[in-house]
Amino acid sequence: MADLLAQRRSPLAHLAGELAATGFMRELPYLSSYEVRADPAEPAMARLGAALFAGPLLAAAWPTAGRAVGTGPRYALWCGPGWYLVVDEPGTTLESAMAGLPAVDVSAARTVLELTGPFARDVLAHGCAIDLHPRAFGPGSCAQTHLAKAQVILHQTATATYRVFVRASYADYLARWLLDAAVEYVRRIDE
Amino acid sequence: MLSVPCPWCGPRDETEFRYGGQAHVAYPADPAACSDAEWAGYLFMRDNPKGWFAERWFHSAGCRRWFNAVRHTVTYEFAAVYAPFTQPPGVPS
Repeated sequence: MADLLAQRRSPLAHLAGELAATGFMRELPYLSSYEVRADPAEPAMARLGAALFAGPLLAAAWPTAGRAVGTGPRYALWCGPGWYLVVDEPGTTLESAMAGLPAVDVSAARTVLELTGPFARDVLAHGCAIDLHPRAFGPGSCAQTHLAKAQVILHQTATATYRVFVRASYADYLARWLLDAAVEYVRRIDE
Repeated sequence: MLSVPCPWCGPRDETEFRYGGQAHVAYPADPAACSDAEWAGYLFMRDNPKGWFAERWFHSAGCRRWFNAVRHTVTYEFAAVYAPFTQPPGVPS
């Protein structure tokens, strides 16, 4: 297993240098993610919520429409009614907590691009039709939508910090599109 | 571009959706008893009104839910969105 992990390549490993050169984009490879499809009112979902988000977020329970909840690196993103994406650090296995629920490990399906800084929102807005202004889309917001025609999940983890979940097969296209969209802002950082 | 008010995700661009045609087309109670004309009518014949029209939409790039909407075929205005298998709330005349 260790040999296999040493050999794997993330979908954007070949663009790591170019992303880093922008100063505000990077790939977060290999994040664990699980899709959970269940009514949040089910007792099993309450148990899972308590197991995943013990502590201050227990009361918050599962996120409502367009929202994400989480503590530290672990987030639950609302994808649709009764449809959640649980995201955690690479290598985290949550199977035991999800036993008995319709949950699937989809870690390999997507990779994550993280954009931070004052220009993150402007770069995303070039290719995204939803309103990303803080009054409409702030920290803790998430949305499934199109970014430059690629289907993505947008998640704002903190002020001016966005995660873009994109399918591995679209990652190269989307990263190159973002690099192109970021050109003008990279120059502004230099000045 | 139409802005389609998804009942779950809010207003989104039309390109995130698939169009599902006329809503409330009932499946024949006994398909085997249909004549060819009746079956063809069920399969192919749809209303094409100039005005308010109840139709189905699928938010394929978002929450991936089907829903019904009442849309004006001239002004493209949406009057209501509502759950599948329910009747439209107060269709404007």
